[in-house]
Amino acid sequence: MRTERSNVLTVSDLHVQVQTKDGASTLVQDINFELEKGKVLGLVGESGSGKTVTSMSILQLLDRKTTTIKGSITLQGRELNGLDDKEIRGIRGKDIGFIMQNPMNSFTPVFTIGNQFVETIRSHTALNKKQAKELAIEAMQNVNLPNPAKVLKSYPFQLSGGMLQRVMIAMAACIQPSVIIADEPTTALDVHNQLQVLRHLDKIRSEYGTSILLISHDLGVISEMADDVVVMQHGRIVETANVYELFDNPQHEYTKKLLNARLSIKHEEPITHML
Amino acid sequence: MSLLQVKAVTHSYNSHTFLKWKEPSKKVLTDISLSIDEGTCLGLLGTSGAGKSTLGKVILGLERPQQGQVLFQGHDIYTADKLTRQKIRRDLQVVFQDSYSAVNPRMTAESIVGEPLENYEKLTVTEQKRTVIELLERVGLSEKDLKKYPHQFSGGQLQRINIARAISLKPLLIVLDESVSSLDMVNQTLILELLSELKKDFGLSYLFITHDIKAAYSISDTLGVLEKGELIEHYNSKDQFFSSEHPVVEQMRSSILAEHPRYRSLPMRINKS
Repeated sequence: MRTERSNVLTVSDLHVQVQTKDGASTLVQDINFELEKGKVLGLVGESGSGKTVTSMSILQLLDRKTTTIKGSITLQGRELNGLDDKEIRGIRGKDIGFIMQNPMNSFTPVFTIGNQFVETIRSHTALNKKQAKELAIEAMQNVNLPNPAKVLKSYPFQLSGGMLQRVMIAMAACIQPSVIIADEPTTALDVHNQLQVLRHLDKIRSEYGTSILLISHDLGVISEMADDVVVMQHGRIVETANVYELFDNPQHEYTKKLLNARLSIKHEEPITHML
Repeated sequence: MSLLQVKAVTHSYNSHTFLKWKEPSKKVLTDISLSIDEGTCLGLLGTSGAGKSTLGKVILGLERPQQGQVLFQGHDIYTADKLTRQKIRRDLQVVFQDSYSAVNPRMTAESIVGEPLENYEKLTVTEQKRTVIELLERVGLSEKDLKKYPHQFSGGQLQRINIARAISLKPLLIVLDESVSSLDMVNQTLILELLSELKKDFGLSYLFITHDIKAAYSISDTLGVLEKGELIEHYNSKDQFFSSEHPVVEQMRSSILAEHPRYRSLPMRINKS
């Protein structure tokens, strides 16, 4: 498996500035990281440390009128920074899937799930409506959604947060993108659904070899999922390390502070005996 | 005697629609009994939709239960006379999850924290200002923040303002409804530390409602588990949570995320360093 180290996504020297009425303000700077095939890269930091800005700039989702993105973002050798709207739209959803933090706000409430699901599939593939629907149902079965046909007919507000998040994962995964960006995928969910959602993400990774950029402030999520971790503070990367390295032997003061902020349950037995 | 006693509370919601006059009601709480002693914290765990927040509302006097009683210092909060109710409202405060929607965006920090003081204490303008400054300093903010508006604060800072408002009248019990759930990890820990300190200093009691087992464990003295409207477990010591063999509790325990990659529970992620 490990004969070639292929970087699917490379971000180098990323600088993002925003124009305000008081002049330019830097949001993130000197961001460098690589995402290998089939790996999970965790991006950790407090709120306001620039995690989401980094992910949004990969997808070119920031407002071009007010923000400037410098540096290079390459997806399998193709430069993404500066692509025009039409080209980047072909990449979003097809080559890079995006899972957002708040599932309730990520769907439009006026159309059914099926409508939005089929639209996503058809805009990136040559499938007809019926085939797209079948693919949608199959993708939803893969994330253990009960009764997919009924889910397709429901509106977003009729489903719970955990179900919607699974729909979003199914949507992101069904076209088998090479990269999935998951921005706080479990923060809005309760404890039980958190692990379920992570499990589905991991299944997609191992089945399709998808690389995952996992953004979270929760070190529990990171320790469950990540292979490598990037720690961000005030718009800069302060440490990049293997996940075991980072938890056992943190180098930067800020990383130590984050690790100390973990809430822990003082319980003798490590939580490994379950599953 | 316990500070707060909930006795056999049952509650359901009716959904009225335009065409169907009344749909069958949905039971959200079934025969709940619990008590909180002075100076202790009861952590209430449960998944979404278990009825945690409804129970919080019932205890706060915001949602009259269809059956059962809520006794605060021995007085039923729904049938007590006006003066007693006023006194109870003063001793019973709340901090919600979403700090931004819990404050008026057009009010400054000074007037947010000062509002309960204005209602209950007859202080002069300078005295009130001094009290507000003291409260802000107590929660880790400063005099400089007096004239700021909610949008100028971060989520963690605003949650501190909500806490300052809740403690301004020196209450006996504070209901914390998912109060740290929307904050990032560093802020969560800081707020939990602040809450533990306040609890010790003022002899406060808390009802800590959350779905986060780690947060509940770190602050609570006693623990309750709510599932589908029923209080399935009520422990006098939080450590009993880990020895319980109730299937729902076992499932909750198995969903705790690992503290270290060595203990990760995702099958395909294990042994891949």
